[in-house]
Amino acid sequence: MSDYSITAASPAQKWLAGTLVVLYAVITIMPLLWIIATGFKTPADAISYPPKIVFDPTLEGYVNLFTTRTRVTPETLEALGEPTTWYDRIVRQYDMVIAGPSRFGERFLNSVIIGFGSTFLSVFLGTLAAYAFSRFKVPLKDDLLFFILSTRMMPPIAVAIPIFLMFRQLGLSDTHAGMILLYTAVNLSLSVWLLKGFIDEIPREYEEAALIDGYTRFQAFTKVVLPQAATGIASTAIFCLIFAWNEYAFAVLLTSGTAQTAPPFIPTIIGVGGQDWPAVAAGATIFLVPVMVFTILLRKHLLRGITFGAVRK
Amino acid sequence: MTEPSAESPADKLARATPPRVARRIRGLSDRAIAWIFVAPSIFLLLAVNIFPLIWTINLSFTNFRANRNREVEYIGLRNYERILTDSDIWLTMQATAHFLFWTIFFQVLIGFTLAWLINRKFRGNDLWTTIIVLPMMLSPAVVGNFWTFLYQPQIGLFNYVVSFFTGVDPSSFSMIGQVNLAPWSIVIVDTWMWTPFIMLICLAGLRSIPDYIYEAAEVDRASKWRQFWTITIPMALPFLMLAVLFRGIENFKMFDLVVQLTGGGPGSVTELTSINLKREAFEKWRTGYASAYAVILFVTVFGLASIYVKALNKVKER
Repeated sequence: MSDYSITAASPAQKWLAGTLVVLYAVITIMPLLWIIATGFKTPADAISYPPKIVFDPTLEGYVNLFTTRTRVTPETLEALGEPTTWYDRIVRQYDMVIAGPSRFGERFLNSVIIGFGSTFLSVFLGTLAAYAFSRFKVPLKDDLLFFILSTRMMPPIAVAIPIFLMFRQLGLSDTHAGMILLYTAVNLSLSVWLLKGFIDEIPREYEEAALIDGYTRFQAFTKVVLPQAATGIASTAIFCLIFAWNEYAFAVLLTSGTAQTAPPFIPTIIGVGGQDWPAVAAGATIFLVPVMVFTILLRKHLLRGITFGAVRK
Repeated sequence: MTEPSAESPADKLARATPPRVARRIRGLSDRAIAWIFVAPSIFLLLAVNIFPLIWTINLSFTNFRANRNREVEYIGLRNYERILTDSDIWLTMQATAHFLFWTIFFQVLIGFTLAWLINRKFRGNDLWTTIIVLPMMLSPAVVGNFWTFLYQPQIGLFNYVVSFFTGVDPSSFSMIGQVNLAPWSIVIVDTWMWTPFIMLICLAGLRSIPDYIYEAAEVDRASKWRQFWTITIPMALPFLMLAVLFRGIENFKMFDLVVQLTGGGPGSVTELTSINLKREAFEKWRTGYASAYAVILFVTVFGLASIYVKALNKVKER
């Protein structure tokens, strides 16, 4: 800082503050780094004492994550001959052969389908509603907006009881369509509130000029407002996606096979004698890293997203 | 922006008619658009939130069990009576209160301190803020499951670190296996995960305080300590209270993280209301009873939140 200010922190204060914050950051990031590291350990390394910080990285966890394996007798193993691929070689060390793919791929794909499907729908519906709430006199506007927000206050388990019965009646249990519909409804509150904030910030004058030029209201919305709101729409979409991606309570209660997403699946990965930690960590890494990347991209809008637009910087 | 080049018949007619009719000819009226835009969202929320809520209220007066095809009987308020006199439910309420109080206490303490430190604007503060924020964006179920690994006696990283600094034998204690430690194990993970939430909101609050107020205080020779208590705290308070409201509601609903960490155990010392409710509804299949339970929880969270929001608005007005 070049200009002198009586309120700015002194260099010593900054140094002390910086050290403390960095210290906290290092401690807080440890569990995440540990997840990533464990994914590259052998099961023996993962449970060694003292915990190993330096180890020989292996892809065993990832192989175990994506495959199912069966133990075979030494004679059969001999009859099979030399392993042909690197992942075969890893599995053979344990007198096992790969029996087929595991369910992780499917579960991950389900997360992608349900995440993107519900995000698209909730942002689409949310943009329309947010525009109307932002620009027009909607009767009972404040009550409707509060109603939309209040749907988020209910514990998911409480909502899950009737949803479970309803889905059973409609044949939506354990289907992608059912989960997409449900997540869309849950995310709608976030989407409407956030997008209303973003659209409120676009000056009305732009649309008014377009209306005077002979655009219809609908054209003014699609050709003037939407391009202006693009950043807001994109960050809202990411928030909705992260929510749907992380959601667990509904997923574990309403899906069991076809439409099960990754969060209820990852904790059920087991190996010999309990959880196969390297495989769990590998699954967690694949599942968590995209969200970390999105968080870094989103950092400017983070505050707004997590407070439903109540706090804007 | 260009002028419409040729006048269409509709435009001619529009000029000749009163404005309101004209608008309808040129396209949908604003009011029609407003309704068309809002209706799908409201409809979806009615179908997926309000209709189920009404259904829940209705079920709460019955002895319905979702896994049996028995005649459903209306039993009046008996479910409510049973819940409110059940001592086990009061124990889960206590566990929830313990969890709520201590998570919010630690998160406010650490979160506000961090925000206050970051607001010293040292070099690289943006980068470190982003790193600190990471845990809160991740899936609580997946992360909670992994924490059971960190908490394992002997081999767990958490136990190792504790033993490294205190000299306690790492295999002598089990955070999630011991009745006296389990309630703290969930407080620690929740605090680790959600402190950044309070931090971010407090940081916005601190940054909203204009410099000139501090400058005026300096001129008046107010001590730093006094500035902190008479300027910083009161002006950041509305933000802090908002953050606490969000965390309060979220932690009252807490399910995924704790169910993966301790599953409510050992015994039922960490059985928060949501976990208890899940047990009643989806393991014991006492659907009517669980519905009444859900209604009680909803009324509680809604009531507490409304009282809190009133207090928050009073603080804001000051």
